[in-house]
Amino acid sequence: MDINKDLVAASATPLVLAILAEGDSYGYAILKRVSELSGGELQWTDGMLYPVLHRLERQGHVKGKWGTSETGRKRKYYHLTARGQAQLTEQRQQWQMVDAALRNIWPAVSLPMRSALSPLLSHG
Amino acid sequence: MEAGSSDSLEAQIGQWRSYLRRRQAIRPVDVEELEDHLRGEFAALRGAGLSEDEAFLVAVKRLGALDAISNEFAREHSERLWKQLVIASTEAAQPADGARTETIVVFALAVAAALAIKVPELFGLEWGAQGNMPVYARNLSLFVLPLLTGYFVWKRRLSKRTWAWLALAFALWLPVGIAYAGGRWGESTGRMDFVRFSGELFIYYALIALGGGVLIAFTMGMFEAIAIDAEPVVEEWLLPCGMLGAVIVGSWLVEAKQSVIENMAPVLTRLFTPLFALTLVAFLGTMVWTGRGIDIERNALIAFDLLLVLVLGLLLYSISARDPQAPPGAFDLLLVLLLVSALVADAFALAAIGARISEFGFTPNRVAALGENVVLLGNLGWSTVLYVRFLRGRGAFASLERWQTAYLPAYSVWAAIVVVGFPLMFGFD
Repeated sequence: MDINKDLVAASATPLVLAILAEGDSYGYAILKRVSELSGGELQWTDGMLYPVLHRLERQGHVKGKWGTSETGRKRKYYHLTARGQAQLTEQRQQWQMVDAALRNIWPAVSLPMRSALSPLLSHG
Repeated sequence: MEAGSSDSLEAQIGQWRSYLRRRQAIRPVDVEELEDHLRGEFAALRGAGLSEDEAFLVAVKRLGALDAISNEFAREHSERLWKQLVIASTEAAQPADGARTETIVVFALAVAAALAIKVPELFGLEWGAQGNMPVYARNLSLFVLPLLTGYFVWKRRLSKRTWAWLALAFALWLPVGIAYAGGRWGESTGRMDFVRFSGELFIYYALIALGGGVLIAFTMGMFEAIAIDAEPVVEEWLLPCGMLGAVIVGSWLVEAKQSVIENMAPVLTRLFTPLFALTLVAFLGTMVWTGRGIDIERNALIAFDLLLVLVLGLLLYSISARDPQAPPGAFDLLLVLLLVSALVADAFALAAIGARISEFGFTPNRVAALGENVVLLGNLGWSTVLYVRFLRGRGAFASLERWQTAYLPAYSVWAAIVVVGFPLMFGFD
């Protein structure tokens, strides 16, 4: 299902930071991980990830470093900085608050819920 | 077969890369990062059983539309759309080397040009002294144009044969043009590029001069605050050296930014063509309405020369920015109106001058101005004919462009005749 553009943009930062908290990674692998985490539901336009990474780098949340891939090509790896770690903690609290508020209201309204939503929500 | 298809993949990736590179917001390093991504996606899709072409297409598609990506990059790196001008890109390794050498060459030439103006002082011609300034003014181009020619000789890596040409070609702006165009002086497009260059240089020079004016004002003001008169230094060094050094630096700026920023001369042309056309029509209308003849005084001829030069400039820069394939439009009509009214105004002026030339007599200045007027009139007259033909669908726009570029040497030839021939005809004085 299509997820609202603003929501995709807003969730990109915590997702990227959290994935990098698992370990250093690079663009293509980050996207694969996003797809994996959302059961393939969260599809970004691939090219859009890079401006996000560059913004995080400018803000000092991540640090990029050029290395080489298994095939010997140049590849840029990203590493979560201490500032990024702090940012992630903060974002996590914010998202949990939003999620908790929504969770509290969902039972009160009866909506026809499409099955596609369930894997997403369970990941909150 | 496997190797052959791989080659075609590399070719496809190469093409994709060159598309990306054209985007100003996307730097070469970004292209490398995106390429790594593309290859990763491609490999995964191949692993899933797609053919090479399919995998490439899907991978490119998943990266997203080029415009959208480039917009996102521009949003994150908006400074990139501005910076490129003076600062050489440090990220692209090879071009940066060339750019650094160029900066050094430009700097050296600018210093040389700046110092050249001080050379006559070694021979006792003091800058600023009464009576010496006309000598400087008359020979101003001698100080800087050889160096500017040198810059383009270096930049275009001209061969010795072209050097010989340079020595032969005399009049001053012409060698600059020949060096600028490199091997393309014979072609209409090469000359048109030189026309564009000249216009942009003029604008950059004016801008640098404005900045220089502010610098001078500040220098004087600040030294005045500590009761030291900076005027001699400013007048003898800062002003003349800056004036000449700026020619080289301005040229280099035009070279560096020609594809980065919209050319200014055509923009100004668009702005001023309607205004000048209006002024000229109003002038002619008033003249006919009131029945006043042109009051010819001594400098009238030069004033009308300047008018023709101006109209020619407007015409040239309109042409230089126009798509030759485009059909005639309202702006073309406006230009023809401008041309015709300028020709009529000049005709009035020439008639008035002709009637009184015996009274004024033939001085070198007047003959030079008259000749210049004829040279300009010849160009503009035939341009009008060609333009009207184009408007009526009977000629191609390209013929007008060719006419203009073919005519360029005529100005220099006349200048050369004035410089070389006149002293012989009228005696040196």
